[in-house]
Amino acid sequence: MADATVSMTGPRGPKPKRRFSPTNIMLYGTLFVVAVYYALPLYVMIVTSLKGMPEIRLGNVFAPPVDITFEPWVKAWAEACTGINCDGLSRGFWNSVQILVPSVILSIAIASVNGYALANWKFKGSEVFFTILIFGAFIPYQVMIYPIVIILRETGGFLGVQLMGSIWGLVIVHTIFGMPILTLLFRNYFTSVPEELFKAARVDGAGFWGIYFRIMLPMSLPIFVVAIILQVTGIWNDFLFGVIYTKPETYPMTVQLNNIVNSVQGVKEYNVNMAATLLTGLVPLAIYFISGKLFVRGIAAGAVKG
Amino acid sequence: MHSVEIKDLDLNFGSVKVLQGLNLDIHDGEFLVLLGASGCGKSTLLNCIAGLLEVSDGQIFIKDDNVTWKEPSERGIGMVFQSYALYPQMTVEGNLSFGLKNAGTPRDEIAKRVARAAEILQIEPLLKRKPGALSGGQRQRVAIGRALVRDVDVFLFDEPLSNLDAKLRADLRVEIKRLHQQLQNTIIYVTHDQVEAMTLADRIAIMKGGAIQQLASPEEIYNRPGNKYVADFIGSPSMNFLEGVLDGDAFRVGDQTFSTVGYNFKSTASGQASMGVRPEHVVIGDAARAMPNTVDTTVDIVEPMGSDTLVWAPVAGNRFRIRIDGQTAISTGDQITIGFDAARASFFDAGTELRL
Repeated sequence: MADATVSMTGPRGPKPKRRFSPTNIMLYGTLFVVAVYYALPLYVMIVTSLKGMPEIRLGNVFAPPVDITFEPWVKAWAEACTGINCDGLSRGFWNSVQILVPSVILSIAIASVNGYALANWKFKGSEVFFTILIFGAFIPYQVMIYPIVIILRETGGFLGVQLMGSIWGLVIVHTIFGMPILTLLFRNYFTSVPEELFKAARVDGAGFWGIYFRIMLPMSLPIFVVAIILQVTGIWNDFLFGVIYTKPETYPMTVQLNNIVNSVQGVKEYNVNMAATLLTGLVPLAIYFISGKLFVRGIAAGAVKG
Repeated sequence: MHSVEIKDLDLNFGSVKVLQGLNLDIHDGEFLVLLGASGCGKSTLLNCIAGLLEVSDGQIFIKDDNVTWKEPSERGIGMVFQSYALYPQMTVEGNLSFGLKNAGTPRDEIAKRVARAAEILQIEPLLKRKPGALSGGQRQRVAIGRALVRDVDVFLFDEPLSNLDAKLRADLRVEIKRLHQQLQNTIIYVTHDQVEAMTLADRIAIMKGGAIQQLASPEEIYNRPGNKYVADFIGSPSMNFLEGVLDGDAFRVGDQTFSTVGYNFKSTASGQASMGVRPEHVVIGDAARAMPNTVDTTVDIVEPMGSDTLVWAPVAGNRFRIRIDGQTAISTGDQITIGFDAARASFFDAGTELRL
């Protein structure tokens, strides 16, 4: 077909590519297998959560549901029992939201100011301070669990409020544990902002907070989005701190999910368990989808180059 | 009256001494250029004057006011940076008015000053744009405008043209000169570009290793460099140096002897020395034979540059550059006679490298 023209003029323009070359087959084949491997459990969870118990007993794990029912989802959200409480995951969800929102806002607010100060307002000992902070990121959580229990109990008693077992106690713990990595993140980002911009703002008479709010903040949307992704997923998925520092009424969603799935009362309701797990995973999933777009936009908004 | 006065300024970064015992007086309305290779401390000095770096010792006066401990915004200075440093999220107008807003200037006064600066710099049509939508030259104008609206006595320029391409740089250079003639402010201008320094400056301070090598007018620096470093640094192509021995009216390099008649020695000098001759002060052909010193040599390399041609021809075993008119027909291997006058040369002591 193209032979005639090719032989007349010789190679010209883009080199034709073979669609089914061995390389392509290997590449797409591997990608397909890996994708299936990762997606299959999710598929099983979704189809199981939409089946009724009789259908599940048939044992066809991969079969799509014959009778689609949303009953398990409703039950997981509002009726599933953990111990004596039978109000489903909904309570855990609202607990998690109450823990998440202040934790994310507090930790990011403090860490961004920390990072900004460490990057732009070097003071005597700032490097030492930073090193200690980063070192904190490498200390295993297990070591700190019990001391924090004591600290929360004692300071709570000292201030006359109940910190241990309350949502605010957990908020404080999340804020503190987010500090090293977030401070590092923000410090590195603010270090990459041209120093001359900071100098220009100082000549223009802006102070510590003036430069932070008027110059640095508007330029750092991308890094804030990254920090939000990190914190929302981290705090939402946290189980360890949630189970230790709260009590049954204030358990976050993850802890409650565990209790629902592991409490054995008669028949094991796989469909409800699957629905409950999917519900718990929805928030981080939503964050990835929403912020992915914001992230790209944030980078595109970029700084002025020379 | 002194506009900026620097007394015994020291600046250390840890154990590294960047500036040491530096003194500098800058007159009112003067255009002073700090010139030097990178790492010589010129930008550091400017940052000290601006108050962006804390000095280790010494004092800085601006308009006879000791500003050593004052914040940059309180010093009565405006600064223009190499990378423009425009606030990317603000419009041009926002960039210009940011400093005035911080100072609590009344709104109508801000509008007046922004309008005036925009008119002077011809950036009125750009006021509503963001810096990202401006070209390099426009950005630098806005950056200058930001210093202008502050209505200050002293402008500090930190290599403002280094990020621009050659043509734009030449255009803006003239504009900065025009601006200075119009406003008559004191300007301290840091650059590593000797053309900028020569064309703009009332006086040039050549810096090396944190110390000022020579502080003088461009003519003085070009014609009577104070030491060998300055002589070598200023001038493009740079000066030819011949090492030899001074003996009365003669300067001997190997088996060549040159007459030093006409050169104005500071005191009678003899012994090891080096003679510097600028490539543009050397002539060839008939004109050369009329000169006090002549050498016969062979052309080694020819570098045509359009308006001029740079000819390399060895003199007494040393490489020697000669700058001649671009229209002269010359090629490698030609036998030529070159000539120069010692009156326009420079002699430096071989040990101290100071001008003799």
